[in-house]
Amino acid sequence: MHVYANPARFLKIARPLTAWLGWAGGAMILAALAWGLFYTPPERLQGESVRILYVHVPAAWLAMAGWSAIAAASLAQLVWRHPLATIAARAVSVPGALFTALCLATGSLWGRPTWGTYWEWDGRMTSMLVLLFLYAGFIALAGAEKEKGGEGRLTAIFGLVGAVNLPIIHYSVTWWNTLHQGQSISFVRGRSSIDGSMLWPLLVSALGFSLLFGAIVLMRMRAELARNKVEARMKRMVAP
Amino acid sequence: MNAWPFIVAAYALTVGGTIAVTAWSYVAMRRAEGDAAALSDRS
Repeated sequence: MHVYANPARFLKIARPLTAWLGWAGGAMILAALAWGLFYTPPERLQGESVRILYVHVPAAWLAMAGWSAIAAASLAQLVWRHPLATIAARAVSVPGALFTALCLATGSLWGRPTWGTYWEWDGRMTSMLVLLFLYAGFIALAGAEKEKGGEGRLTAIFGLVGAVNLPIIHYSVTWWNTLHQGQSISFVRGRSSIDGSMLWPLLVSALGFSLLFGAIVLMRMRAELARNKVEARMKRMVAP
Repeated sequence: MNAWPFIVAAYALTVGGTIAVTAWSYVAMRRAEGDAAALSDRS
C-alpha cells in the first residue's frame, strides 16, 4: 500500500486508469439501463416498477461501499499516516453522498407504486437516511479541518465511527420486521433469489456504476493533488 | 397504478445526478491540473 504513497507514482497509474474506468463504466451503464428498461420482463408481484431496481440497487451498493472506503482510508490515515488516505476519503465523500441520496429518492419512487407510500420509518430506510446525514457531516467536517490547516484526524475518527452504521443497514431487514424486502443476493453463499433475466442486467448495472464511481474518485483525487501542489508552490514563492 | 412515470423519474434522477457529478469532477480536475502545469511552466 505504501508503494502508492508517493503522489507521482500514484498519478502515473491514476491518469490512464481514470479514462479507462470512466469509458468502461459509462458504456456498461448505458447497456444495462437499456437492457433493464426495454428487454427485461415485468416482475410477477412488482410489475413494471421492478425496472427502478436497476438504478436503485447500484446506488444502495455504492452508498455503502463509499462509506466502507472512507472507513478504510480513515484507518490508513490514523494508523499508517498514509499521505493519500485523507485525499482518498475526501474524494469518496461527495459521490458517496450523491449515491446515498439517489438510493433514497429512487427507493421512494419505487415504494409509491409498489407499497402505496413514498416513505416509511422502517429500519432499512431510516438507517440509509442516517448514512446520508453521516456523509453530510463528513463533508462539512473535512472542509472545516482543511480550512483550519488540520491533519484531518478528527475527520478520520468520524469516518471510522460512522462505519458502525454499515452493519445496521445490512442487517436491518433481518433484525427488525420491516417493510423493506429481505436479502435477495448473498455473495458469501453465492446464492440469489432473483431470476437470471433480471439478475444479469442488475449485476452489469452495479459493475458499470462501480467503475464510473472509481473514475469519479480518481478525478477528485487528482484535482486535490494538483490544488495542493499549487498551494505549496505559492507558499514557497511568497516565503521570504 | 401506472408505474412508468415513477420509472422515468428514477432513471432521470440517477442519470442526471451521475452526469452532473462526473462533469463537475472532470472540470475541477482539468482546471486544477491546468493551474498546476501553468505554474510549473512559469518557474
